[in-house]
Amino acid sequence: MTASPDSPASPSAAPARPSAARRTLAELRRSPAIAVAAGLLLLIALVALLAPWLAPHPEHASGATDTGQALRPPSAAHWFGTDELGRDVFSRVLYGARFGPTIALVVVVVSLLVGTVVGLVAGYFGGWIDEILMRVTDVFLAVPALLLALALAAVLPRGLVGVTIALAVTWWPWYARLVRSEAASVAGRRHIEACRALGLPHWRILLRHVLPGSVTPLLVQASTDIGGVILVASGLSFLGLGAQSPTPDWGLMVQQSQNRFMTEWWIGTFPGLAIMLVAALCYVLGDALRDRLDPRRTPRL
Amino acid sequence: MIAYTARRLGLSALVALGVVVLTFVIARLVPGDPAAGWAGPRASPEERARVREELGLDRPTHEQIIDYVGGVLRGDWGISVRTHRPVLDDLLSLLPNTLQLVLAGLLIGLLVGVPAGLLAARWHNRLPDVLVRSAAIVGASMPVFWLALLLQTFFAGQLRLLPVAGSWDADMLAQYPLAKVTGLPLVDALVTGNWPMLASVFDHLLLPALVVSAYPVAVIARLVRASVLDTLGETHIQMVRSLGFAERAVLGRFAVRLSWNPVLQLCALIFGYSLVNSFLVEAVFNYPGLGRYAANSATVLDVPAIVGVTLLVALLYIAANLIVDLVHAALDPRIRLR
Repeated sequence: MTASPDSPASPSAAPARPSAARRTLAELRRSPAIAVAAGLLLLIALVALLAPWLAPHPEHASGATDTGQALRPPSAAHWFGTDELGRDVFSRVLYGARFGPTIALVVVVVSLLVGTVVGLVAGYFGGWIDEILMRVTDVFLAVPALLLALALAAVLPRGLVGVTIALAVTWWPWYARLVRSEAASVAGRRHIEACRALGLPHWRILLRHVLPGSVTPLLVQASTDIGGVILVASGLSFLGLGAQSPTPDWGLMVQQSQNRFMTEWWIGTFPGLAIMLVAALCYVLGDALRDRLDPRRTPRL
Repeated sequence: MIAYTARRLGLSALVALGVVVLTFVIARLVPGDPAAGWAGPRASPEERARVREELGLDRPTHEQIIDYVGGVLRGDWGISVRTHRPVLDDLLSLLPNTLQLVLAGLLIGLLVGVPAGLLAARWHNRLPDVLVRSAAIVGASMPVFWLALLLQTFFAGQLRLLPVAGSWDADMLAQYPLAKVTGLPLVDALVTGNWPMLASVFDHLLLPALVVSAYPVAVIARLVRASVLDTLGETHIQMVRSLGFAERAVLGRFAVRLSWNPVLQLCALIFGYSLVNSFLVEAVFNYPGLGRYAANSATVLDVPAIVGVTLLVALLYIAANLIVDLVHAALDPRIRLR
């Protein structure tokens, strides 16, 4: 994706290969949903990166309090109001972009790598290797994602690293199954047999001739999944199993505002909106990518 | 069909066994010596050694796993550190509440999601379609605990239409005791004609069930829409149309029937997802179910309880998958050959 967040069609986004860039731009013009969703997600990534400069009160993200300003409703001075410790909710929501979305990105990338390796090996070699790997995958898939992550996060050390590991262990089987079915469908084809007959090493056949077929469905699935992982991760934070205070994690912020939700609605409403926005953008992006790249596939939810 | 059923049953049993082993591994991931935790912080090394022996921790791992699997099969799921009661008793007493919540959510999901999906397919790319699709994205991307807080604040806090939390009015239980028939409070109150209790249970269930239904509504609407649109493009539907059937009949009598398949296929997945989503909802509404139990157990590291919940929900989910597959195979013979 070469779109820059402010103007998807800006020529400055074009790298050294103009033809590829022009093709991407033409593609984006044909599917505005992809451009808008990807652009907004990039904007959020930029916010996460530049939070120290964008936030009016960066100190409120790391433990500083201002009890004289406690529980102020949204105003010009505090766009999203302040919480019970007088911290600026707007600043904390901006900083929150550094936690949930980052966890989700790491989880999806790690799961993609593990799942792809397992799936490729199972689909390509078949036989008892396939049987064992896929039964292990089935076992992981037999526990609903949030629950498996909850159980793992409960027994692992509390904190961001624990949640990330718990979620990655939960998520890889989905990719393993996806890659396995794609790999198995090409493993028996003529050109793969030809590669074998030529004596190419297995790893090379896997990387150059089997893997490419799975890239499109993986891309579509991964972009949707980032939204799903953010939702599950925020749920774990909400239960107290993820980020710990005073981290301005969105899920944790909602949980900490729980007892005040009826009176000081702004403390928990804005972090919740942030979670929803990111998750919705990921879904829209995934949907649009599927329509564009993989139209014959019906949505897998 | 018999061969398929046998194969599917065997596979489910194998996966269930695998889940038992997985929970054993999760329990062993807890940092520190489990015997030290059990014996307490002031135990002497001799006491710890005695506890290790009692708990079987001094024996090789594979013997421990076999013991653990045997215990699970016999119904010995350990004692909760928090409640000091057998975990399985705790779980079985809470399960009906959670099942009631999830089933109510799924029912709303079907009642709202199917018509919404049909509406969107009928007016493809027109206003109803755009509205349904946007609503489905919003429904699927809302953090469920946040939606619970919003609805709780609005309907219970501001409008005072519905109770804030709990499963029924506690003071009514003495006057109108709830007879146990099925275990599901709503059904029990209904079949025993306990009207005041029925109203109370219903009032307390409505908001949590609405929150749980957000995801099923969104997924079912999208799914019905997509599969009806798929079917509408097929030749036999075009033939029905060319025979002069009205668009309503084409949709309602022909296309819908074929689009049940994908919905059925995803039923188990939606059930599993709603089941764990209800955990977060229970935490907000202080609703006495598996989720509140799991959340409370997780925060104090009550390992037998966490492992027990995981195991029970996984078994339910495996059973749901099995049932869906068997129903599917009964309806669609092609499945049996796969």
